[in-house]
Amino acid sequence: MSILVIAEHDNANLKGATFNTVTAATQCGADVHVLIAGSNANAAAQQAAQIAGVSKVLLVEDASLAQGVAECVASAALAVAKNYSHILFPATAAGKNTAPRVAAKLDVAQISDITKVVSADTQAAGADTFERPIYAGNAIATVQSSDAIKVITVRSTGFDPAGSNTTAVAIETVAYNPVANAATFVSSEIAQNDRPELTAAKIIVSGGRALGSAEKFNEVMTPLADKLGAALGASRAAVDAGYAPNDWQVGQTGKIVAPQLYIAAGISGAIQHLAGMKDSKVIVAINKDPEAPIFSVADYGLEADLFTAVPELVAAL
Amino acid sequence: MKVMVAVKRVVDYNVKVRVKSDHSGVDIANVKMSMNPFDEIAIEEAVRLKEKGLATEVIAVSCGVTQCTETLRTAMAIGADRGILVETTQELQPLAVAKLLKAIVEKEQIGLVIMGKQAIDDDSNQTGQMLAALADMPQATFASKVEIANGKATVAREVDGGMETLSMNLPAVITTDLRLNEPRYVTLPNIMKAKKKQLDTFKPEDLGVDIAPRIKTLQVNEPPKRGAGIKVPDVATLVAKLKTEAKVI
Repeated sequence: MSILVIAEHDNANLKGATFNTVTAATQCGADVHVLIAGSNANAAAQQAAQIAGVSKVLLVEDASLAQGVAECVASAALAVAKNYSHILFPATAAGKNTAPRVAAKLDVAQISDITKVVSADTQAAGADTFERPIYAGNAIATVQSSDAIKVITVRSTGFDPAGSNTTAVAIETVAYNPVANAATFVSSEIAQNDRPELTAAKIIVSGGRALGSAEKFNEVMTPLADKLGAALGASRAAVDAGYAPNDWQVGQTGKIVAPQLYIAAGISGAIQHLAGMKDSKVIVAINKDPEAPIFSVADYGLEADLFTAVPELVAAL
Repeated sequence: MKVMVAVKRVVDYNVKVRVKSDHSGVDIANVKMSMNPFDEIAIEEAVRLKEKGLATEVIAVSCGVTQCTETLRTAMAIGADRGILVETTQELQPLAVAKLLKAIVEKEQIGLVIMGKQAIDDDSNQTGQMLAALADMPQATFASKVEIANGKATVAREVDGGMETLSMNLPAVITTDLRLNEPRYVTLPNIMKAKKKQLDTFKPEDLGVDIAPRIKTLQVNEPPKRGAGIKVPDVATLVAKLKTEAKVI
């Protein structure tokens, strides 16, 4: 049977998470296809056609698919779903939004946020056993699905991104079934900057509520991020207080990250924050409270006032 | 317009759970249980809609063991008008819960469903979306602002790169994110009033739903442990360690 990856993209480019999801797909079964649901999305389809391990690309286009509205993307996936044994979405906001609709319409369960593909049950039917975190990552469950079609969301930090070939496979156009009564897109405010994307960054510097204000957050953390070419993250407390935008939140219900280096400044280390970053390769904590729970996961802990230590660190790098 | 809010009884968010020694699951015996934090936000939002005159009745629904009535009483203390318990001791997975909720949506002619975006125990983030699909309703997940007017919902959502606003016809399903609102404290008078509010109990069979689980948990393990870290005395030492020992810069 074949495996379908629902690509994440903005019609012009694929998002990084798509490549990690393809890797997971290749571990589920031998024949991997990628679906691009969008509008004027040929550029994204061309990129998908060059991902290593992909044997076919399906392109579904319609004006209503331009912004990735869940009801519409689900309809595109459902048009071809019966041909596949596994349907994989990246566990991004978009993937998490859409995947369960596909599962429910197919009357199958969904396995969310897999971090590992454990085994194939037989060569024909593909992998049926997976690992996934529960209880904010304080436990890892090994689960097995008995459904004929497995709908899965893939945690990017669990899988390396697939590479790209110079050659491209075929792109097949698939008709779209319009959805009555779908939500309509009104507007969006998406940050544009030169920083690496939080979920793909090799280095992340993250600030907590101790920074005290949006101005201070910017003043103290941005130079450190600039010096290291890092992405900027934040604790929930900092976002709730308005010191950082919501899409910077790292944690159980925010972004899950696993960079090479994670520097947490003024973050106490609540269970829910650790859930989002404890798989980082190296963790540095800067906090003036020696009892802060963050020190229990830090490889290097610096007990210091961040307002002194962070500028010192910027100067020393 | 009747608003339905689904509430789940989960291990309290402050509890650090432990894996059972036989690896069959997580040990929740004698552990503090609470309403899922995202569901508190959902109840609060529904009650605010009623206070604004946009909803006529708020119905809280919970599925699971008998003790879920405590969660329903908490919902009613926040301001839900009545509660419905779908009682079962069987393991409930999101697809089954979505089917149970759909049966109640139809029974009660619900105009708007507000639910938490995910439960902090299984972290699935599925049930609201599944319910919307089964009921053929539009959805707005990860909501940070909700406006209801003229039979439509306009919802601002938190997405990976920032924010997005959607508009949809009612009935619809909205799932809540952290910053939608700050739930009110439950006062003692309201807790007392909640004890007298109507609470009906059904069994899954009464609603004609097959709740058999589809996913089997083979084992549960602790995550890989990190090695112990060290404290560094100053920035200079930190930088040296990061360069020569950890080799990450």
